[in-house]
Amino acid sequence: MQQLDGKIPNGPIAEKWDRHLMEMKLINPANRRRYNIIVVGTGLAGASASASLAELGYNVKTFCIQDSPRRAHSIAAQGGINAAKNYANDGDSIRRLFYDTVKGGDFRAREANVYRLAQVSNNIIDQCVAQGVPFARDYGGLLANRSFGGAQVSRTFYARGQTGQQLLLGAYGALSRQIANGQVQMFPRHEMLDLVVANGRARGIIARNLITGELEAHAADAVLLSTGGYSNVFYLSTNAISCNVSAIWQAYKKGAFFANPCFTQIHPTSLPHVSGHQTKLTLMSESLRNDGRVWVPRNPGDKRPANDIPENERDYFLEEKYPSFGNLVPRDVASRNAKQQCDGGKGVGPTGRAVYLDFMQAIQREGKDAIARKYGNLFDMYRNIIAEDPYETPMMIYPSAHFTMGGLWVDYNLMSTIPGLFVLGEANFSDHGANRLGASALMQGLADGYFVAPYTLAGFLGDAGNSDVGEDHAAFNESIQAVKSCIEKLLSINGKRTVEDIHRELGRIMEDKVGLSRNEAGLKEAIEQIRALREEFWQNVKVVGPADTYRLNLQKAGRLADFLDLGELMAIDALDRKESCGGHLRTEAESEDGEAVRDDENFCHVSAWEYQGDGVAPGLHKEPLVFENVELTQRSYK
Amino acid sequence: MSAQETINITLKVWRQKGPQDPGRFETITVNDVETHISFLEMLDFLNEKLILEDKEPIEFDNDCREGICGTCGAVVNGIPHGHRKAMTLCELHMREFSDDDTIVVEPFRSRAFKVVKDLMVDRSALDKIIQAGGYISVNTGGAADANALPIAQEKAEEAMDAAACIGCGACVASCPNASAMLFVSAKVSQFALLPQGQPEATRRVLAMLKEMDHCGFGNCTNHRVCENACPKEVSISHIARFNREFLKAALFAKAAK
Repeated sequence: MQQLDGKIPNGPIAEKWDRHLMEMKLINPANRRRYNIIVVGTGLAGASASASLAELGYNVKTFCIQDSPRRAHSIAAQGGINAAKNYANDGDSIRRLFYDTVKGGDFRAREANVYRLAQVSNNIIDQCVAQGVPFARDYGGLLANRSFGGAQVSRTFYARGQTGQQLLLGAYGALSRQIANGQVQMFPRHEMLDLVVANGRARGIIARNLITGELEAHAADAVLLSTGGYSNVFYLSTNAISCNVSAIWQAYKKGAFFANPCFTQIHPTSLPHVSGHQTKLTLMSESLRNDGRVWVPRNPGDKRPANDIPENERDYFLEEKYPSFGNLVPRDVASRNAKQQCDGGKGVGPTGRAVYLDFMQAIQREGKDAIARKYGNLFDMYRNIIAEDPYETPMMIYPSAHFTMGGLWVDYNLMSTIPGLFVLGEANFSDHGANRLGASALMQGLADGYFVAPYTLAGFLGDAGNSDVGEDHAAFNESIQAVKSCIEKLLSINGKRTVEDIHRELGRIMEDKVGLSRNEAGLKEAIEQIRALREEFWQNVKVVGPADTYRLNLQKAGRLADFLDLGELMAIDALDRKESCGGHLRTEAESEDGEAVRDDENFCHVSAWEYQGDGVAPGLHKEPLVFENVELTQRSYK
Repeated sequence: MSAQETINITLKVWRQKGPQDPGRFETITVNDVETHISFLEMLDFLNEKLILEDKEPIEFDNDCREGICGTCGAVVNGIPHGHRKAMTLCELHMREFSDDDTIVVEPFRSRAFKVVKDLMVDRSALDKIIQAGGYISVNTGGAADANALPIAQEKAEEAMDAAACIGCGACVASCPNASAMLFVSAKVSQFALLPQGQPEATRRVLAMLKEMDHCGFGNCTNHRVCENACPKEVSISHIARFNREFLKAALFAKAAK
């Protein structure tokens, strides 16, 4: 086992980034056009990085699987984006945003990265306003802020419930301008299927044109992956259907370490499971818990309609168990308790995988109009999808996988363990530790793309120079052959189960045993079950070909193959981490009153896994986490 | 609207192998469709059956399945995104249909949107229109403090109404002229309402309109069906603002010819 070097600059935390900027090499403006950069993904991180690098004068090739770069899943983020502007004059500062993020991540993030994130947060808001992003404003015309996700200061900027959409369209505009300038060559409906590495450096990618099925080789001096998170390993999640792990998984198999794969965030207030054919759990804002009371019938199997169940036969389990925080306990605590109730047979709705979120008391207290003003759009959305009226009957909610804090390991420069391979946004592991604060994902994606990678990439290129490996190099040909034979293999199996069917089964294993709460026995079982399911997949999946046209079932089959591998690694990582932390409860590490117990003695580190071959146990590398600026403390919500 | 748990339906669905294929309607019966699921989940359900029967699954664009990415869209019983107002196709649920219904499903049709396969169309023309000027030219790092530029709340809100466009193309599919005017005007209007948009206002409106014509979209003749089809209820008042911007630019500006 080797210790990993995060390359954190020396000096006091507030000076590290500035010092590093002075120490890194620059690339002369006239020389930047001699460098070719590949960016994969056009969410907040990828679009902002592509635009910024093109503005600087690099030649950029940008790839996305959607039909347009405007559609990446960042677009679905609702709540907002944090920044330490202190416009609300309530005592916010860079240091406080840093402190809250480290603490919110349950002390499993790297201090120096988080501090830099807080530092550049203010530049992001300036940049977005200059692009014409229509943030909410006060009557005086200045920017409005709200408190979000339990923060004690109002630092969240928002554009109605569509903040992600507006920020992404801003970055998409900047990207579009560079496409028009000829500085970015855009490849929509292209999927990266391999990373090409030669002589210890990332050299380019193999991408499949999803319309024609052709495999293309693209060489570059550096590759930036900004391909998002892997919540779809759970099958049902709040992610878009095309979200997948494949790009970073191929990089993992080529030598990039995968950090903290078991750190996933499960959001408590998504729409419920209503059918076995459901493909999606839509997120609803957590703010609903400010006025909604969570309950289930006291008697398991009680199938009466909610309004027919008398008060004394309702179990308000969060209020009873957590008297001081009640329904406002943190995301993971709310999610875990809801799932426990459903596992115990008290779940409601058509599949028994839901709990009630009841607004009757709030409506009696404040009136229907007041509740409509606060949550009208959410109630409308609920009514549209579930066809019940939350003003009359309680809502049903269920926890859903939402965000993945784990991802490829990167150093302070956002470079992976493969030189020349950078990883941005949700695809890397770096800033959120074991749990992400609300309104921080948008901040991180844009920080990485606008304000970090453009500088650190120059630092790398300044030292490493141009890549001397072109598309005619044997490494590209080998990669193309490997991808081709994988596609042929998938098409040749001709079994009896659909990709969806096997994916649903993987999702159930992950949700039950590698999700909110886990234990040694369950994780060992999960590993066996995933291995057996992978075997089943490669023997018995049915994929319709040929591959020379648009084939969604073929794309999904390739992605599922990678999810099956990832699922096992997540279980291995969870098994190794014998502590409870962040969003997860390890049942062996639980206090007598049922609270999560973190183990700083043994687990105050990043677990970075190294691929060592198919069927071979991955190697574990640890990056110790040192907290010099925030004191390690245990949380309590009792 | 169905109160049943499951229904049987007949789909008349457009099948087309590629842009060169003339295409045709195919009639497929789908039994035991759960009414809780969405329209796209019904297509998934059908596709799983088709795949197991060694038949070609129906290809359709979709992604977020919560009405914000703008990827999905098909014409259902003659209406883009189906008959429910202010919804994308992925938000439409099967409870909206009844047992034994026949449902006609076809791609968004327009000269500028070539059919890629089955229900999928190529909407890259909308990206080209944005590339022609649907942005504010500001490099990363060059911005002033965000609060240095106060913007009246009602202007910001109106700009947000326009910015809510998801670029799905339903406006084009619904328009008898296959005009993209609602789409183009939403972006022009957003920036016309904001001070940040002023320096490039003339160039933007002329360039975007030129590109719209170039891509083969028709012109607006005030049918107003676009507004009705728009899942985000973008108003045609933005087209009125676009027209004012265009007049200003065409009559009074010498630049950007």
